[in-house]
Amino acid sequence: MKAVVWHGTNDVRVERVPDPTILNPRDAIIRVTTTAICGSDLHLLDGFIPTMKAGDILGHEFMGEVVDVGTENTRLKVGDRVVVPFTIACGRCFFCERQLWSLCDNSNPNAWMAEKLYGFSGSGLFGYSHMMGGYAGGQAQFVRVPFADVGPIKISDGLTDEQVLFLSDIFPTGYMAAENCNINPGDTIAVWGCGPVGQMAIKSAFLLGAERVIAIDDVPERLKMAQEQSGAETVNFDDEQVFDRLKDLTGGMGPDACIDAVGLEAHGHTLDSYYDKVKTATMMATDRPNALRQAIHACRKGGVVSIPGVYGGFLDKMPFGAAFAKGLTFKMGQTHVMKYMQPLLDLVQEGAVDPSFVITHRLPIDQAPEAYKTFRDKKNECIKVILKPHGETVH
Amino acid sequence: MTSDINVAGVERWASALGGAALAAYGIRQLKDRSPSGAALTAAGTALIYRGATGHCPMYSAAGINTADSRDDTRTALSGARGVNVQETVTISRPADELYRFWRSFELLPSFMHHLVSVEQLDQCRSHWVAKAPAGRTIEWNAEIINEIPGELIGWRTLDGSEVVSAGSVRFKPAPGGRGTEVRVRLQYDPPGGKLGSTIAWMFGEEPSQTIREDLRRFKRLMETGEIPTTDGQPRGNR
Ligand SMILES: NC(=O)c1ccc[n+]([C@@H]2O[C@H](COP(=O)([O-])OP(=O)(O)OC[C@H]3O[C@@H](n4cnc5c(N)ncnc54)[C@H](O)[C@@H]3O)[C@@H](O)[C@H]2O)c1
Ligand SMILES: [Zn+2]
Ligand SMILES: [Zn+2]
Repeated sequence: MKAVVWHGTNDVRVERVPDPTILNPRDAIIRVTTTAICGSDLHLLDGFIPTMKAGDILGHEFMGEVVDVGTENTRLKVGDRVVVPFTIACGRCFFCERQLWSLCDNSNPNAWMAEKLYGFSGSGLFGYSHMMGGYAGGQAQFVRVPFADVGPIKISDGLTDEQVLFLSDIFPTGYMAAENCNINPGDTIAVWGCGPVGQMAIKSAFLLGAERVIAIDDVPERLKMAQEQSGAETVNFDDEQVFDRLKDLTGGMGPDACIDAVGLEAHGHTLDSYYDKVKTATMMATDRPNALRQAIHACRKGGVVSIPGVYGGFLDKMPFGAAFAKGLTFKMGQTHVMKYMQPLLDLVQEGAVDPSFVITHRLPIDQAPEAYKTFRDKKNECIKVILKPHGETVH
Repeated sequence: MTSDINVAGVERWASALGGAALAAYGIRQLKDRSPSGAALTAAGTALIYRGATGHCPMYSAAGINTADSRDDTRTALSGARGVNVQETVTISRPADELYRFWRSFELLPSFMHHLVSVEQLDQCRSHWVAKAPAGRTIEWNAEIINEIPGELIGWRTLDGSEVVSAGSVRFKPAPGGRGTEVRVRLQYDPPGGKLGSTIAWMFGEEPSQTIREDLRRFKRLMETGEIPTTDGQPRGNR
């Protein structure tokens, strides 16, 4: 089959690789009909996530048709159309039973690696480094899904791939980020980053009752999308001082909650962001957290900082004193995707939300290497890329 | 300590995990030519038809006071000789079920990857075969020295064995209905010479890491019915 394969920093290729097979009784094999490139994949492209190996198959946002099931998988059958969550979870451990799916104890075969770095390991993830399990990803024509009796959600024929694909990651991720803000009537939510995750967070914040959402980025078409698709107010950090502007927009109080939908590769023009750039470029730091610093600084007293953006290592110059002085609450982590798939599918089915509004590029899988770069460099007004592994299909 | 306990154990074990599933799992591993797969299939089959072995009625005769020494391996190896390892894991299953699985020694290679096979010789004694460097194996006999059904199993290698080791596993209900805390203690004496280096090799440079991985696989097998893996999945050119 064809698959998108990581070979090193800035080196992603499409290759022929063997087809996947059932390896465990609860597995399923999916013929992928649509897959997407995520902002998280860009951290791999840019070499920010440790324990990648040349030859790793990428991709964690995908859906398709079941073509094979293991002996113990009684929930799925051949022919089912499913969306697969990017987190792999057993459904039976302490964490799964408490809906903390991305913290599953049993799905990461390389848990010891993550334990060395983090003390304890989260769940396995598709196509996201050996520390996170080393599972082959879904930017491929076929993919093996472990514990497939737990994660995949069945989709009826009335919905298109594009409408439901983002249940695999970014819609639940944006939704959980907003839910973590504990939104009350009258609240203003500030969202750093208007990539796909930011767009979903903005939309979700309104769904959950926010009075206002302020979107922050410096990419004009992304700000425009936030405004047109969800009704956000916008701040372009190329033109304005973010802290001053937010304070001004919130009657001097600061936003009730701040969402960092940027993650460890933030860019910017503030002194600290140059400092991060030099330090990460010279391998003296692991992350560039200047959006997070701003979010902490700008948040109102007693507010929430919600962090869907990915961080990997040790963060430099964190204004922890500010967080403490203002009594902030922090919420973060990989999304507990399974918790949100059904309720969000219901919203899509009712027509309340159509997450496909973020898609700007639809390409065959062969063009994945260029697509990665177009998406990263935000060329051609690229916001979200979906890939078709088998060419165009009916769905 | 009666045969009806054995049968009950197998049934419970089989319903929790599926004897057939275990045999199937073993057959798959066999295809991968894994020696533990062969052992597992044999064990799975044996369990389905024959039932697990009973408790050892002799452990008190081994001169160990079950009430006091509990899981103290030092009694068995007379003192804190050699290397001592202790690891704990919490498993979301009842203590009784975990105890019964573990007590079916034939099944241990399904999650202890350095083992090739374990054969129950009688109710107290068992024969162990483990991997050794350069594709060789190492063998020894062990006896149960301490056992409280549903709670504790203690063992040591028999006099005259080439490996000198003792161990125990304790199953303690975890608070708040979280299942069972499983604590393994292992002590082994790495004497100089060939066999000393074999056992040191077996447990690696970090013996606690080896035990931790064994326990992790045990937890995963008991909680999910399988051990997660990526062995055999596709990848691109390296
Ligand atoms: N928690 C999860 O489970 C989860 C799931 C998916 C993605 N993510 C993470 O979410 C983050 C965003 O993902 P995405 O797909 O939207 O990526 P993306 O790269 O498309 O979007 C990031 C956006 O942040 C903007 N940005 C950069 N620096 C900024 C700054 N200082 N202030 C404001 N905006 C800034 C960029 O211009 C860009 O539009 C990534 O870190 C990704 O790894 C997390
Ligand atoms: Zn993602
Ligand atoms: Zn789990």
